Amino acid sequence: MIDQTLGEPIAELAARLRRRELSSRELTAACLARIEQHNPALNAFITVTPEAALADADAADQQLARGEGSPLTGIPIAHKDIFCTQGVRTSCASRMLDNFIAPYDATVVSQLSSAGAVSLGKTNMDEFAMGSSNETSYYGPVKNPWDSTRVPGGSSGGSAAAVAAGLCVAATGTDTGGSIRQPAAFCGITGIKPTYGRCSRWGMIAFASSLDQAGVLARSAADAALVLQAMAGFDSKDSTSAEEPVPDYSSELDASLSGLRIGLPKEFMSPELDSDIAAAVEEAIAVLRQQGAEIKEISLPNSELSVPAYYVVAPAECSSNLARFDGVRYGHRAADPIDLEDLYKRSRGEGFGAEVKRRIMIGTYVLSAGYYDAYYLKAQQIRRLIKQDFQRAFGEVDVILGPTAPTTAFPLGDKTTDPVAMYLNDIYTISTNLAGLPGMSVPVAPVAGLPVGLQLIGDYFAEALLLNVAHQLQRHSDWHLARPPASLTE
Amino acid sequence: MQWDIVIGLEIHTQLKTASKIFSGAATAFGAEPNRQACAIDLGLPGVLPVLNDQAVRHAVRFGTAIGAEIASRSVFARKNYFYPDLPKGYQISQYELPVVGRGEVDILLDDGSLKTVGVTRAHLEEDAGKSVHEDHLGDGRLSGIDLNRAGTPLLEIVSEPDMRSPAEAVAYARKIHQLVRWIGISDGNMQEGSFRVDANISLRPAGSDTLGTRAEIKNINSFRFLHKALEFEIERQRDILEDGGTIVQETRLYDADLDETRSMRSKEEANDYRYFPDPDLLPLAIDAAFIQAATAGLPELPDAMRTRFAEQYGLNTADAVTLTSSLAMADYFEQTVAGCGDAKLAANWITGALAAALNKADLEIGACPVTPEQLIGLLKRLQDNSISGKIAKQVFDAIWAGEGDADAVIAARGLKQITDSGAIEGIVDAVIAANPQQVEQYRAGKEKVFGFFVGQVMKQSQGKANPGVVNQLLKHKLAGE
Repeated sequence: MIDQTLGEPIAELAARLRRRELSSRELTAACLARIEQHNPALNAFITVTPEAALADADAADQQLARGEGSPLTGIPIAHKDIFCTQGVRTSCASRMLDNFIAPYDATVVSQLSSAGAVSLGKTNMDEFAMGSSNETSYYGPVKNPWDSTRVPGGSSGGSAAAVAAGLCVAATGTDTGGSIRQPAAFCGITGIKPTYGRCSRWGMIAFASSLDQAGVLARSAADAALVLQAMAGFDSKDSTSAEEPVPDYSSELDASLSGLRIGLPKEFMSPELDSDIAAAVEEAIAVLRQQGAEIKEISLPNSELSVPAYYVVAPAECSSNLARFDGVRYGHRAADPIDLEDLYKRSRGEGFGAEVKRRIMIGTYVLSAGYYDAYYLKAQQIRRLIKQDFQRAFGEVDVILGPTAPTTAFPLGDKTTDPVAMYLNDIYTISTNLAGLPGMSVPVAPVAGLPVGLQLIGDYFAEALLLNVAHQLQRHSDWHLARPPASLTE
Repeated sequence: MQWDIVIGLEIHTQLKTASKIFSGAATAFGAEPNRQACAIDLGLPGVLPVLNDQAVRHAVRFGTAIGAEIASRSVFARKNYFYPDLPKGYQISQYELPVVGRGEVDILLDDGSLKTVGVTRAHLEEDAGKSVHEDHLGDGRLSGIDLNRAGTPLLEIVSEPDMRSPAEAVAYARKIHQLVRWIGISDGNMQEGSFRVDANISLRPAGSDTLGTRAEIKNINSFRFLHKALEFEIERQRDILEDGGTIVQETRLYDADLDETRSMRSKEEANDYRYFPDPDLLPLAIDAAFIQAATAGLPELPDAMRTRFAEQYGLNTADAVTLTSSLAMADYFEQTVAGCGDAKLAANWITGALAAALNKADLEIGACPVTPEQLIGLLKRLQDNSISGKIAKQVFDAIWAGEGDADAVIAARGLKQITDSGAIEGIVDAVIAANPQQVEQYRAGKEKVFGFFVGQVMKQSQGKANPGVVNQLLKHKLAGE
């Protein structure tokens, strides 16, 4: 029975908690029980913190008893293991940080704690957020709850699988090139990556600083709105954080879509797109059209350059960001180094996995003397072109729409030997990161029993509009209510 | 063969800020290792830098002081390399768009003329930590890292290769040292590493205008060492070139104990720093209002003050340079002039007796035991002929030694000059009577003997006789009048 309860929207859970029909302790214990039951198969969590979670739940219950608290008070969530959590291991799914316990909370973590959310633990991910399938984790791959032979998507695959399988109500994630939207699509849930700078990056272990952004994985747009509300806002500890006021996302969910101009980029809906996925997107468009939205074809002419530009900029930044993991102060240190160079080489050689090493090497190369202009600088120029494409498009339309990913969840191991094929999986999501725009993925009609994601892209700080469009779609369809078999059995 | 020497300097000066350039940790010197290093300074995962405005204000003050253009848009870059005392694996510095662009300063040459030295740029950066190789744990094998200094704000001031001798290089380094202290952006403490110099030096055939291959001498922390290191390096390079060899571009270290430079690393092993804009920091926008606020209260600058001193007080260049060597020195001088009304007299005393005494005692002007008021008191007695120049020196020494003001010293020691011609006449008569032989010589035309009589009279009067009166009386009496 509690499992059914777990499936309810956060607003409903919050109301029941407030009415004392349900306690946070019960809700939290139910999640912990499900984690215990399903995590061995799913591998969605790296670290579970039951005692701290129950203590937080009790504190939430007391707060609720006093008639205090926010809509998130007592709601069990999980954090991607890229967010530092004081006193709890933060591994970034790397052997390098297997022993790392941060002495501070990421701002996103502390904001959710202040809002009363209960943290169940840390979710699995691609190592240092590098990957599109969650197969690069030092702790092993996460399984897709819809089909355990398939990937959940990456790099926030643990968070996506945990939400989809009902191991938590919502989870944090990060998105550097699609790492919230693509796993949300593969796992049939709702994910939002807000505008770059909307959520603080303080305490979020950096992959590519100019692209990384924290966001939410949840079961619905309405749930995502509540969680994002608590996470967003200016942080003086992050110089790239935006000093924009945070609107009340939930209050704008019910706005009418009448007259909304939706742009359909012809580059996203090309004839090469899998016809089933195209059909699923069209079906969702039909629902939006019924709500009064107008559809316009638009063009993002430089979008084909986004993947190559991304795979220059992101590795360049990662090669520098990951230099601090040298075995000197914290993290993995090779045993008995013979000298300093040996300490560096072996600590990094043993601590990092293959994909991380590959990107560090690409990044080192594109920044090196003689290649900087040809690669890094060129990629930054392309980035500017991509930004301009979007700026032009948002002169014509309010929202851009298309598929989140070119395929449904692919089998584990399918692309692990072909990095380029893996990189191409992010073809529709990467350009928003390069431009710093908000993007969202919502479930639409499944294909062959596997979830498909519809992507919504907005102008800067248009998260409220994205959530509004997604919520209206979810009010007039039931795709987001479908649950994977793994969470339904037992 | 004749060689031209070409020297350029990179000076790292630590900026006076309460906290580090990208974190809130304190910057005070001498704390226990790693007590002034927070999570940001340690480069822990997930931490982010936030720029300290005060460091930017200091850079802007410096740029203004050397007449440089202040960049309206300035960018922080990452300089990537691995070293255990570099916590993040990169140093946040500036590369393409530094805060301070091209400016210049004047230095005084040995021949008393001034030379303008170009400053290419000055940029902000964070300092690294410090590796400790002593046996700090007592087990004889581990090196330690102290990150207290990591993140300390530095301004790196890069000169044009305009210096042509070690003396010019030292004069330039002193000038920059003077300037950063003058405008209050650095304490310039060289023992504590607040002011460190890297020197680039090359030789080329006299008259050539292509640069020779250079060597860089790193981390010199005294002006004397700078001079010695450059002299050694010039000899070394000259020997190699004259033997038909070639100079290897490399980084060298100066060993003060052996007074030699030696190779640290060659260019082949040098790092490719892979500079790129730091994505954690937005480009810095510096507008006119910021510049105005940063330079508010900037004192009159040394070059302007030097020019004014020369014009207003009729001083020669060397004296004007000396008297503007620090703000405290300039203040001292101007106070003294105001009190005694004679700029040349004040300048002579300050650049002469006072400077010598300070130098001997190794004191800064700020710690001078003789106050401007006391010096004025002394100069007034000189001006009204109460004492002679010679006696004045004695009085000065007594004031220095803490025996009180000029008048008190003169009274206590009975040094008041004798101007009463009656009293002097008695001495003069006695001296003439006691030396008939010399009187004869003088009268025979040997005028040199006159000095002997003056000396005798001064001796008899213990130096107190007014020299003018003595001269007059002697001339009179020796002429037999």
